[in-house]
Amino acid sequence: MRIVIAKPGLDGHDRGAKVITRVLRDGGHEVIYTGIRKTPEEIINILIDEDADALGLSSLSGAHEVLIPKICEEMRISGLSDVVVFAGGIIPEKDHSKLYDSGVRAIFGPGTHSELIINFLIDVNQRKERGEPTGVGEEIGWHWD
Amino acid sequence: MALGLSMESKLLNLAINGDRRSLGKILTKIESGFEPNISEQNPWTLGVTGPPGAGKSTLIGALISRWIKKGEKIAVLAIDPSSPKSGGALLADRIRMQGSEKSESIFIRSIASRNHPGGLSLFIGHMINVLSASGWSKIIIETVGSGQSQTRIVAFADRILLVEGPDRGDIIQAEKAGILELADIVTVNKSDIPNSKLAYNSLNSSLSLDKNNSTITHLVSALNGDGIDDLISTIDECPKSPEREILRQKERLLSLWDSRLLNYDRLNELLADLSAGSITLYEAVDIIDKERMGD
Repeated sequence: MRIVIAKPGLDGHDRGAKVITRVLRDGGHEVIYTGIRKTPEEIINILIDEDADALGLSSLSGAHEVLIPKICEEMRISGLSDVVVFAGGIIPEKDHSKLYDSGVRAIFGPGTHSELIINFLIDVNQRKERGEPTGVGEEIGWHWD
Repeated sequence: MALGLSMESKLLNLAINGDRRSLGKILTKIESGFEPNISEQNPWTLGVTGPPGAGKSTLIGALISRWIKKGEKIAVLAIDPSSPKSGGALLADRIRMQGSEKSESIFIRSIASRNHPGGLSLFIGHMINVLSASGWSKIIIETVGSGQSQTRIVAFADRILLVEGPDRGDIIQAEKAGILELADIVTVNKSDIPNSKLAYNSLNSSLSLDKNNSTITHLVSALNGDGIDDLISTIDECPKSPEREILRQKERLLSLWDSRLLNYDRLNELLADLSAGSITLYEAVDIIDKERMGD
């Protein structure tokens, strides 16, 4: 898969994002790492130019509650409904359902085993093949546990 | 009219009419082997190559931010290596081109150098044509500096810029690699670092050994902008090299040849025999040759 890894918002700590980037590369994926402090608009432009299959968003600053649903909404408007969105970083349990409702298909917290993320993407691919919804603008309901 | 058109043709039409989402998608199709059928284009192309860490991406970022102010529309094809182990790739050239996502006039596409059907350089040629047809006035191809096959891709560009770092005291190394002979312009980057002038002088004296040499050299800093405007003038005035067509065709031929070999169905068998020592290299080549003839 072609996967864009982005850090929306103002926090500049990207060790986690870089580790994920490496894990995905070693899992055989093509990973486009975009650096820190990206606005939703910039992320949308990157997804379009790179024709990404998935977007991984890393957030540590607490801005996920606002920025992630905003990015998901703009993706739907921009014709990126089929792109899969997953998130990672510091995202409290109480915020998970809101993010799932906005189209996020998986949330990985600190301590997640890297194999889980690879397995999530394998699951996504199998679902896609069966024609089941996985994209950010496709029917909400399924998410990875 | 949409009736009967394949999905690829529809995407191609939309891309040429300015739809960026379709452009992104058609490039993916080309990467998987689709050959677009479009009229002959006359694209403006620049190949940028050089060793890892020389500052190719940062320099491209500095160049494109100035070009777009002059009304140019710039597309960058940034090639990074695929992992030979996992087949995955980390494509991170675009982080060095900061600010590029804010402009409608910049299109950046990251490409992994994995083993593509038909070879990497064959589809790079198609991508360049589609970008040109879609209105991108300057097309830049950035390669990974290490590895012959990636360096060769620059033969696709009409003009070649070689970027060197200041810390490569022995610039003769570049000469050995052969790319120095291909380059129209050589620039030593990072003039903000003390040794850069030394590297620049040593490059010039090395080039001056060849009486027929017409390579133009520059000393720049992509970081603080020193020398960039002069470099831009040189690039803008650099004519399409007349010898480039031969190189381009040679590259296409080699690329297809490589690809055929890598996709040869008994390749692994032959490699196993070679490593076990049961056949010689010449015997292996003969086996491949014979099977080809028999096709």
